[in-house]
Parts: sequence; structure tokens; C-alpha cells
Amino acid sequence: MASTLLNVSALSAGTEDKPILHDVDLVVGEGECHVLMGPNGAGKSTLGHVVMGDPAYRVTSGSISFAGEDVTELSADKRSLAGIFLSYQAPVEVPGVPLYSFLRTICQMRPELKTTARKFRQRVGEIADQLELDQSFLMRELNVGFSGGEKKKIEMLQLLLLQPRLAILDETDSGLDVDALGIVSRGIEAYREQVGGALIVITHNTRILERLTVDRTHVMVKGHMVAEGPAELIGEIDANGFERFERGDERCDDCPGCPAAGDAR
Amino acid sequence: MSEERKRTQVADVDRSLYDFTKPEEGYERYDDGLTPEIVRAISEKKDEPEWMLEMRLAALETYHAREMAPNWGPSISGLDLDHISTYVSPKTKQAKSWDDVPEDIKDTFERLGIPEAERESLAGVGAQYDSEIVYHNMREDVAKQGVIYTTIEDALHDPQWEPVVHQYFGTLIPPTDHKFAALHYAVWSGGSFVYVPAGVTLPYPLQSYFRLNAAGAGQFEHTLIIVEPGADLHFIEGCSAPKYYEANLHAGAVELFVKDGARLRYSTIENWSKNMYNLNTKRATIGADAKMEWVSGSFGSHVSYLYPTTVMAGDRSSCEFTGITFAGATQDLDTGCKVIMNGADTTASVSTKSISKDGGVNTFRSSVVIGRRADRARCSVSCQSLMLDDISRSDTIPAMDVRNATAQVGHEATIGRISDDTVLYLMSRGCSEEEARTLVVNGFANPVSKELPMEYAVEMNNLIKLEMEGAIG
Repeated sequence: MASTLLNVSALSAGTEDKPILHDVDLVVGEGECHVLMGPNGAGKSTLGHVVMGDPAYRVTSGSISFAGEDVTELSADKRSLAGIFLSYQAPVEVPGVPLYSFLRTICQMRPELKTTARKFRQRVGEIADQLELDQSFLMRELNVGFSGGEKKKIEMLQLLLLQPRLAILDETDSGLDVDALGIVSRGIEAYREQVGGALIVITHNTRILERLTVDRTHVMVKGHMVAEGPAELIGEIDANGFERFERGDERCDDCPGCPAAGDAR
Repeated sequence: MSEERKRTQVADVDRSLYDFTKPEEGYERYDDGLTPEIVRAISEKKDEPEWMLEMRLAALETYHAREMAPNWGPSISGLDLDHISTYVSPKTKQAKSWDDVPEDIKDTFERLGIPEAERESLAGVGAQYDSEIVYHNMREDVAKQGVIYTTIEDALHDPQWEPVVHQYFGTLIPPTDHKFAALHYAVWSGGSFVYVPAGVTLPYPLQSYFRLNAAGAGQFEHTLIIVEPGADLHFIEGCSAPKYYEANLHAGAVELFVKDGARLRYSTIENWSKNMYNLNTKRATIGADAKMEWVSGSFGSHVSYLYPTTVMAGDRSSCEFTGITFAGATQDLDTGCKVIMNGADTTASVSTKSISKDGGVNTFRSSVVIGRRADRARCSVSCQSLMLDDISRSDTIPAMDVRNATAQVGHEATIGRISDDTVLYLMSRGCSEEEARTLVVNGFANPVSKELPMEYAVEMNNLIKLEMEGAIG
């Protein structure tokens, strides 16, 4: 068993006026690959954002620790520098900021990644080739006017450059055509091989998982962790959907503290 | 290139870059206030032709006759002209070598990076310190092509150029234009005279830098540029001053004559200190097939009134105005431009950006006049504003006066904020909140900074970073 990298413990969180996550536990070991599944609105993306430190969500109880440190109160940039990476479902466009110099900036602020301009250019070039990303993209503005698939490749490019210890991929596969999906999958494989980092793949589509060796599968429904199991659980969900996990919903609909989902686990 | 620029966001900025002062010991400083005696003294010291003295005295009368406060725009009630010294001269002669410039003044310009820029990328440099030009020099190869780059004072002492100055000086911006134009002509001192002969293209820009070191003083430099037919010039103007508690005044005048088929690019980065009243007047008249390009960055001053004007007299001429204004705490910046399109098939494009924070006030004010003769004239005006908080203010006041039915005009304006999503996205990649916001603001300004020469783009990014420091509660 790998040593614990991420430990989400009894975490409840939500926006100002609406609780979303209820008493969630999630343990990810160093270098492990976890899959987080669940129907729309289950709170999967929210969990990803809360682990990243999105101030739009408030943690009401529980804790998040990363590499042995309690990061529950840390801002997103500090978590990023500590080694957490969140690949966005919809990466944000930042006009006027050239992609290449942005990449340079975010690498240079990490002592372990500091390098010469020439070596950096070479490294970025290699990764871009690997992702079949035209190098002319590097001179364009960050995510501005990029297609959905291109934006996901830019996220993979950052993942491979930053080499985080934990990458959370928030529906990285959504909206991709078969070719782009293949390239992104290879990017994820490269991250696993080259960096050996841990992975939380948030998805409700099992295709992206075909090329990955999954250690654990987690199922979320309505803000609760309702099941956890081995990789084989994915096959079952693929065949039967989430229906069997959704039983007992009525019992926890309006219970912010909610202990009710416990029996499904 | 982009990499170089980015580095300026990461590197620390030395706050002392602009905010340092030098003692005025031994300087010649005329009494505060405005009298014919002071005007005569300035003229006498400069040993001017009689017509110039007469022009000064007439302008002084106009100045006194006009009402003080305009009934529009930011308040200038904090400006007490009876306590502004109109002439402060460092005890030095104009030098052609930096080695001959007094040490403290040379140090000032070195800190501002002027000699270095001159060595690397300029065809000529003029440096003004308070009321007088302390350094003026131009590359020999450029001089050989007949290009003149000197002070107006020196041109007035040259029998070849005195009639030229007489012919053009004060014709585009008459002393009767407004109260501060009158003031300018009464006490003007320093500035530049540039003459580019027909067909000559300058390989590098010329640059004048204006530094106001003295407290409670005014700077009234006059820039007169003549670009003859088919010639091409890029002129750069930079300004800065240290911060004082007393009000300072800048009332310069820039007159640009761009002849048929000529091109002039006029770039400015202004970083006056925040006690400065910047009441500057800039105007260009351009001939047929001529091209005028303004690039204007306004960061400093307490109050600015600045509307560079282009009179498009010739057919098929074109004008581009690209501007950015950054208003922070205590700043009320009223900026924009005017375009007067009189020729047929003329095109004008105005693109401005403004950034407001910490209660800063930005007003974009533009005026486009399309005359009856301007068949098929086309003009587009676009202004984008970025508000960094809830206590700042941004207004857009575009005026259009179209008198030709075949003309096409367009205007668009947007006001935006930095979205939380953008900040979080950048923070999730390791940028602090401050870095994230600076990145967004720099990105917003990027379309302007990429129009600027390299070292000015760097300076602009540095200024943005300075302004953004401590922006996060």
C-alpha cells in the first residue's frame, strides 16, 4: 500500500447558501490512480474544486490533508505549489497573455522546475509534439479562441510541464472527438510514466479509462460518497448505470449533515 | 520577445525608479506667479527674436483674460498658479555627451534608462530636466541625411531654421486655443524641434525625455515636428517626476506637421507623479496619403486633460490612435482623442483601454468630426474599460459629428471586471492572487504595449506591476 498523499476526511462543503458535499471521505495513495464517478450534479467537480482550494466553496466541516500537511485553509496557489493540479472542465480564456510566457512564468515560480530559457523551450516543444499541438499555438493568447479539444491539450501540456504529485482531471474527456481523446489519454499515460504522480479522474464516461490502470473507483451521488471499490466497479457501472447507488435518495435530500447515505456504502 | 516582457512581471520592481529627487541647490528659479517681467526674463535669457517675445506677451494677456476653471472635466481647483514656478533651470549648459551632464542629473537619466536606450535602439535623444534641455544628441548617419533634431531655442538661433520655426510655431495650436495653451506660449521652455527632409526614413526612433525634478514647478516644453513629403519618423516621448506634496503643472504643447505621403508615429509613456496637473495639448495636421499613428500610455498625474488631435486635411490619409490610461487612488484622468476628417477616403481608427482601481476615475472622451468634403470617410472608435473594484469609476463620452452621408462610423464600448474564475484558474497554476490579477491586467493592456518600442513596453508592464502591488486587501 502506497503512503497516503491526499486525505479528504469527513468533508462537508458548499456555496454560501447551498451545501453540496456531505461528509465525504477520500484517500489517495502516492502514485495511485483513482476514478471518481457519478451522475450529473453528484458533486464530483465540486470535490475537485474544493481540493484545489476554490474560494467559491466554503468548507463547513472536515479536513483535507496533502502529503501530511493540513491544506484545508491554504489558498489555491499554495496548494498548486505544493503539488496539486486541477485540469479544468472548461479552461478559462485569458486575453492578452501569451501561452508560452505564461507556461514559463508558472514553471519559473517553482524552484524544482527552474531552468534556462533554451532548455525550457526544448521541453515545451517536446510536449507539444507529443500532444500533437501545433507550436504556433504557443504564441497565441492563453486559451483564447481555442476549440474544446485544444483547450484540453493545453491543460495536458501544463500537467506535463508542472509535474504535480496529484492531478485531478475534471471531465477532461468531455467534448473530445475520438482522435483528441486518444491524444489526451496518451498525455495522461505519459504523466503516469514520466512523473509517477497520483491521479483522480472525474468522469461519467469510461472510455478515457480504457488505457489506464485504475487502483480504486469511487461513486458519488448527491454530494455523498456512496460506494468505493476496485477497478472492476467501473465495468459494473458501465453495464448498469448509477441506479443502484441512487436508492435512498429521498432520505438525504434535505439533510445538510446527512448520515443517511451510509447504508449504501 | 514575449518572454522578455513576461520576465518583467516576475522580477521585482525598484520603487525608487521614479520616486527620487535631487537637490535644487544653485539652480536658477524664477519667482512664483506670472508677470510680464518673468516672461521678459525668460525671453531675455534665451536671447529670443523679437517676434517670440511679442508672442509670449500677447499669450500672457490671453491667459489672464480667460476664465480659470472649465465647466467640464476633473477639478483643477488644487492648482494655484500664483505658487507655481514657471521657470527652473539647472545650472548647466546643454551637452552633447553624457559625460558633460552634471552628475546628479546624469544619474537621474541613467536610472530612467535613457543613455542605455540611446546606445541600443535610438537615432537621437533629447533630455529635459525641469525647464531646460540638458542633453541633445543624434547619430551622425541620421544627421547626414539632413535630419534636424534640436531644441527650439537652438533652432531660433540658427539663421536657416529661425524662419521655419517662425512659420510653423503656434499655428496648429494657437495661443488663443484655451487658457493653458496661452499659459504655455507665455512661458514655454525646452522641448524639441525635429525636421525630417522629404523622402527620408529614419531607421530608429528619436526620443525626448522630460523630467520634472523641482517641487511646485511647471514644465512647459514645446515640441515642433515637421515631416516632409514621403518621409517617415517614429518619435518617442517619455515623462516622469518624483512625488511632492505641492502641486506641479505640466502644460506642454506638441505641434506635428505631417506632409503628403509622410508617416509619423508618436509614442508617449507618461508617468508623472500623482501631484501633477497634466494639462497638455497635442495636435497633428496630416496631408494627402499621410499616416499618423499615436500610441499613448497615461499612468501618472493627479489630473489629466489630454486629447491628442489629428486634423486629416488631405485625401486618403489615415490615423490610428491606440491609448491606455491607468487611474489609481487620487487620480482623475480625462483622456481620449479628437479626429477631424476633412479629406475624402480618409480612415481613422481609435482604440483605447482604461483601467481603474482604488477609487481612480477614468473618463474616455473622444470627438470625431467628419466634414462635408470627407466622402467615403471611415472611422471606428472602440474603448474597453477594466474596473478592478467597486469604488472606482469609468465613463465613456464619445461624440460624433458626421456631416457627410457617405461616411461610415462605428463605436463600441465595453466595461468589464476581472472574473473570479480567471483568478482561480491562474492561482490553480501557482500564481498568487496578486500575480494573477497583474497577469490579467497586463493581458488587457497587451494590445497597447505591443505597439510600443521594447523598452517602453517593459516600462509599461513595470508600471502596471507597481500599480497592482498591494492591490489585494
